[in-house]
Amino acid sequence: MAGTDHAPPPFFKRGPAPLALLTFYIAISLALFVVDLRLRSIDLLRQSIALVTDPMQRAAQTPGSVVDHAGGYLRGLHNLLDENARLKQAQLQLAPNLLRLEHLESENERLRKLLAVTEREKANGAVARIMYTARDPFSRRIIIDKGQQSGIIAGQPAIDEAGVVGQVTRVFPFSAEVTLITDKDQVVPIQVVRSGQRSVVFGLGSGQLELRYIPANADIKEGDLLVTSGLDGVYLPGFPVARVISIERENSYAFARIRCVPVAAVENFGEVLVLSPRQLQPPAPPESPGRTGNTGAPSKAAAK
Amino acid sequence: MQPTFSSSRILLPVRPWFIIFSLFAALLLNFLPTAHWPGVPDWVALVLCFWSIREPRRVGMGWAFALGLAMDVADGAVLGQHCFAYVLLAYATAAQARRILWFPLAQQALQILPMLVGCQLIQLVMRMLTGAEFPGWGYLTGPLIATLLWIPVTFLLLLPQYQPVERDENRPL
Repeated sequence: MAGTDHAPPPFFKRGPAPLALLTFYIAISLALFVVDLRLRSIDLLRQSIALVTDPMQRAAQTPGSVVDHAGGYLRGLHNLLDENARLKQAQLQLAPNLLRLEHLESENERLRKLLAVTEREKANGAVARIMYTARDPFSRRIIIDKGQQSGIIAGQPAIDEAGVVGQVTRVFPFSAEVTLITDKDQVVPIQVVRSGQRSVVFGLGSGQLELRYIPANADIKEGDLLVTSGLDGVYLPGFPVARVISIERENSYAFARIRCVPVAAVENFGEVLVLSPRQLQPPAPPESPGRTGNTGAPSKAAAK
Repeated sequence: MQPTFSSSRILLPVRPWFIIFSLFAALLLNFLPTAHWPGVPDWVALVLCFWSIREPRRVGMGWAFALGLAMDVADGAVLGQHCFAYVLLAYATAAQARRILWFPLAQQALQILPMLVGCQLIQLVMRMLTGAEFPGWGYLTGPLIATLLWIPVTFLLLLPQYQPVERDENRPL
């Protein structure tokens, strides 16, 4: 009996051959890579792994935040009083505008009704704290401390006190990932305030933005403010996005090279307001094969 | 006599919980906010490399894949990016394990360097091919620092396995 079995005794068992294991794991990795990039359909897997890694990441962030808090505590009363005085002054300066805002809004509403134009949407949302910058050096994203539990969904825009910061791209149970407008894949539909020209602004990845496909003879100057146009159904119209800093016009190219810097403190830590999704979303256009870039909402959000 | 690692010091057997603890500690180190500073090494890659050389039968491609998945999710990177690089790293180091341990520590570090650089380059190439932005050359300085850290890391991770040196005239070992 013993002579017929040529398999090695169990204490020499070392599992499958290394090369077979390597092939197996590499096949899975590459499959994951392609599926995640092309189909974006494994967010459930991502969310379940995040349930384990998220507490660890929060724990790893505590030493830094403790140092920050201690620093803030030690800086003390004087700074707070200063800041308080400054804020009061700022509020007083803004008071005339704010007091009239309500009056203007109601007047606007009435006029719109008279003209039979649809009402303007009101902006409201949830304040979220920026926990940390995502570690991935290939993209520009931040993680905020509100997620599915607070009703955040992918596609919501995020702003700070100065302008648009970015857009929620992934949602986890207790946190969400915001892709900044300076990310290379992020596109925001805008309108030039001075001339009213509409276009889209692309992130460059270097902390700047670029206005592409604007004819060289277009009416645009350095210092022009770009605000959201609202045509995408994602961003409400009128939020400042960026300011033009340089324009290069060359005769050999049909388009001007226009660089802009974001108005909001996009790459700094602080707090953001995640705007609730717009009510009057137009029906999603049928997918056309020639579409490039995602104008505003990721396709996943549009599908929801 | 040729110096070998086995002739240097007799080590106690490794405790499995210490391997798991060190891998999780490396994961935590990677999650620290310092990860954005240029030149901060990929701790998981370093510790994984160490164990797959020292204990290739305990830590292998399975651990590499699981840790890679955790890193991908935590980074917000594309799933599979770290998995691919770590699995290849674990395979390469396990294949070289028997040879590398014959060298003194400084020369071991020199042989680790190309593997760690390769691990980083694979990720760079994968993401650049799919249209991500270039993160700057600082991205590739991490493995250099990790190589310099090979000697202290080896000492630290072998610490629980050292036994007290007791001299006995009547005992050869």
